[in-house]
Amino acid sequence: MTTRIVELRRGILKKNDELAAGLRQRFTSAGVLVLNLVSSPGTGKTAFLELTLRALRARGADAAALVGDLETDNDARRLAASGAPVRQINTHGICHLDAEMVTKHLEGWEGVSLAGLNYLFIENVGNLVCPSSYDLGERIRVALLSVTEGEDKPLKYPGLFNSSDAAVITKIDLAVPCAFDRDLALKNINEIRPGIRIFETSAKTGAGMDEWLAYLAEQAKHS
Amino acid sequence: MHELSIAASIVEAVTESASAYPGARVIAVRLRVGALASVVEDSLQFCWELASEGSPVAGAKLVINKLPVIVHCDACGVDSELEGVQSFRCPRCGELAADLRQGRELEIESIELEEPEPNESKRMESETDKPDPVEEHI
Repeated sequence: MTTRIVELRRGILKKNDELAAGLRQRFTSAGVLVLNLVSSPGTGKTAFLELTLRALRARGADAAALVGDLETDNDARRLAASGAPVRQINTHGICHLDAEMVTKHLEGWEGVSLAGLNYLFIENVGNLVCPSSYDLGERIRVALLSVTEGEDKPLKYPGLFNSSDAAVITKIDLAVPCAFDRDLALKNINEIRPGIRIFETSAKTGAGMDEWLAYLAEQAKHS
Repeated sequence: MHELSIAASIVEAVTESASAYPGARVIAVRLRVGALASVVEDSLQFCWELASEGSPVAGAKLVINKLPVIVHCDACGVDSELEGVQSFRCPRCGELAADLRQGRELEIESIELEEPEPNESKRMESETDKPDPVEEHI
């Protein structure tokens, strides 16, 4: 018997990466800005997105959302109340969305064409680990963390924070009762992802939303 | 938790590549995994056994080569290895360094195959396929 070493040098998630590259090309040619929202369960992604969708629609923009959860379509129903087209992706136990799920759920989406959209939001499954490995073809990956989760979240999940393009701190209306150390949180985010844009928001009071919407509008210009 | 999906992807990719070498057995799979790849080594090893069971790559050893983060510092103009993933600062000057040059890798570097010796397999073929010349004379 002899042994032979065969060099492969291929990405383990090559199939996902190829599908995501195809999606990115479709999104770019349709001129739609696509954002992938990632956080722990309970950070307030859905409330933040609901407010974002309402505000965008009020400004005359066309926005839609795909929302990932293991089970239930509760989030899709909540988001649909904004009036925007929303489609639920149930992963049935899988802890992240992948490019294939996104591709499938873009097909046959009644009343939605990519070319007719300004923004498409993809709300990932609540998880700060696994979604960091799966490219969905998005242009902007947004990491969210709430003031109730602790300032050291970026240090605990560097893989996700380092791969993000923007960070959103949610529930700042609770900062005082939670004794949230704002400076420390900002410092930690910046240590893991130097120079990242950070937004401090509250879906309850609407704080920080103007800045966030201005950022979206500015990014959409380049789509 | 996504280590099982990753292990299943490795089994699929390695089975496909090894099929080009009929008769060979995969004895090891070498990976390159960056410090920011969000992969837990123990969990991946555990899932590898589960995912490879009953497949053509069952029994192959998974060798994980961990890669540290390397950042490029704009101030120094130098690439440096980071000791951990808690602070993205140039170890030379202490400036924040956002330009990542290594650390997110998640790839199969190589596979190690065990295959029959070429002359060994030829001899086996001649013994089974051709009649024994001595017998022809009898």
